Amino acid sequence: MTSAAQDIQFETKIANDITIEPKDAMPEKYRLHLIRQISQHAHSEVIGMQPEGNWITRAPSLRAKQILLAKIQDEGGHGLYLYSAAETLGIKREEMIEQLHSGKAKYSNIFNYPALTWADIGAIGWLVDGAAIVNQVSLQRTSYGPYARAMVRICKEESFHQRQGYEIMATMMSGSADQRQMAQDAMNRWWWPSLMMFGPHDSDSPHSGDAFTWKIKRKSNDELRAKFIDKTVQQAEVIGLTVPDSELKWNEAKQTYNYGEINWDEFKQVINGNGPCNKQRMVHHVKYHEEGAWVREAAEAYKKQLNES
Amino acid sequence: MNKQEALFKYLLYLGDNGLVQGHRLSELCSRGPILEEDLAMTNFALDYIGRASAFLKYAAEVEGAGRTEDDLAYKRGERLFYNNLMAELPNGDFAYTMAKQVLIACFEYLLFTELSNSIDETIASVSTKTLKEVRYHFTHARDWCFRLGKGTAVSHAKLQNAFNDLWMYTGELFEMSDWLRLLANEQIGCDLSLLKSKWNEMLNLVLKEATIEVPIGDYMQTGSRQGIHTEYLGHILSEMQYLQRAYPDAKW
Amino acid sequence: MINDTQLDLWEVFIQSRPGHHHTHAGSVHASDKAMALQNARDIYTRRNEGGSIWVIPSKYVAASNPEDSDMFFDPANDKIYRHPTFYAMPEGAKQI
Repeated sequence: MTSAAQDIQFETKIANDITIEPKDAMPEKYRLHLIRQISQHAHSEVIGMQPEGNWITRAPSLRAKQILLAKIQDEGGHGLYLYSAAETLGIKREEMIEQLHSGKAKYSNIFNYPALTWADIGAIGWLVDGAAIVNQVSLQRTSYGPYARAMVRICKEESFHQRQGYEIMATMMSGSADQRQMAQDAMNRWWWPSLMMFGPHDSDSPHSGDAFTWKIKRKSNDELRAKFIDKTVQQAEVIGLTVPDSELKWNEAKQTYNYGEINWDEFKQVINGNGPCNKQRMVHHVKYHEEGAWVREAAEAYKKQLNES
Repeated sequence: MNKQEALFKYLLYLGDNGLVQGHRLSELCSRGPILEEDLAMTNFALDYIGRASAFLKYAAEVEGAGRTEDDLAYKRGERLFYNNLMAELPNGDFAYTMAKQVLIACFEYLLFTELSNSIDETIASVSTKTLKEVRYHFTHARDWCFRLGKGTAVSHAKLQNAFNDLWMYTGELFEMSDWLRLLANEQIGCDLSLLKSKWNEMLNLVLKEATIEVPIGDYMQTGSRQGIHTEYLGHILSEMQYLQRAYPDAKW
Repeated sequence: MINDTQLDLWEVFIQSRPGHHHTHAGSVHASDKAMALQNARDIYTRRNEGGSIWVIPSKYVAASNPEDSDMFFDPANDKIYRHPTFYAMPEGAKQI
């Protein structure tokens, strides 16, 4: 679709770190890659509202309840920013929702795990948002303008999310025996899935070549994963949590942690639909989408009556 | 009953209305008909819980027994809650949620307008802040009533049905009690019964524009002034208070 | 489903401080002005960024063409995004 001249223009912009905007000529593969990546990022934020929303009504203090409500609102808002960014590339939100429901579009694997206890809410904020932040800071410099701007906005808002989760864990770790056990148990269940959030090892990642060439992706999976581990282990130690990895060891020469092997079978199983909550998350999203149809139809009908469009 | 006891109960009444309606709205998270509405409802839930926290904190101070707002929210039983019955009703479908919201917000707009002038400084300042939020809750719910009332035959029927069902809980909003009367006389609170005609006016404008018939029915549910609630409240508290009750020695 | 939509796309502009220009903040979905303004407030001013909000259906924003050449300016090509919704497709046309 792009002419040779347009290809050169596109590549020159990429080479010079000039952001690509919606109306710029771009290779079709670049556009499709971005649609896939941005929409899946958006879906993740929205699906993530389910496990976290699970605990709002049971939040054990008024302050914790307010903070959790604010956090989840932010997540929904992030989903909205990202859907908006994706829509600039020629896909409608209706289509993206259909893709989510049909399984054509995926969302972050991490939300296929259940939020079983209040400590899980702490683990999700601390580990899952912590991992997301590492990824998102890097994406602020992604080549596509609307995506980069959405990421800047998201990063500004994300800072309290991780602190919210860490505070919950810290409070529990300095609490009763039951609380400490609950916190460690949540750590044991969420640590490895959080590491999987960074995706396969660099050598095994099928999309990453193009993503780097087009400067959509600025840092590799393993680089980001290492960054996450290095900052998080220290945070765990401070509050007395044990990282459930017997092979975790500081590598003095490389100034980073060596860590154990990720269970890639589990990763593949869950990403292909065989995780604890995959079906439940989808059933929930489909159900409320379908139940909302009459409301959306009423809004459309009223709009026509107003003759505003 | 002395003034301190009345004020304590009054602050529970104000706090519990925020707490229970906030609880119901929190249940809507990830269940909205469109993502933007999901955000709006959780936004409102946050407003309600914030208000509840402010009033319950003050209640604990007034009580002077060393309890906190969390103690009051998480350790009181069903018969010691003073929220209006309407707050504890389930969300139902979206029409039900919006109808309930508009009935409550319309009332709260009038209530907090009065309470912004309370001689009690804390009540006045919390009320002034709350009023800003309530105006938005009202506008939002009102606009949805227009859309649903006039949108399609299906949405109209659902909305009319919702108002019909909720109607018998509206009378209680304006009920007075001895502790409410005591505080109204002190200009700390206000006479709720005097808000009714203005409420009817405001609401009738909304219903008329939404092409909804004002429900007929004189029978009004009652009880919350004496802490007598619907069966829903017990379930709400089971969920809300679970962690604090399961781990009584824990600090959260 | 034919009638089931995510409503319309609107662009949001926020004036972060009195005296400043309104700046583009992003998009929201809504079916009428009141909803668009309320949604924009909920989504883009959660941290009290600003007072004044402008919203406009995206289809009404005209944009310049990056490869503009005055002689060949095509008015049909002036939408801000690549939205397929801006183009009326004949009924029955597939995969378009």
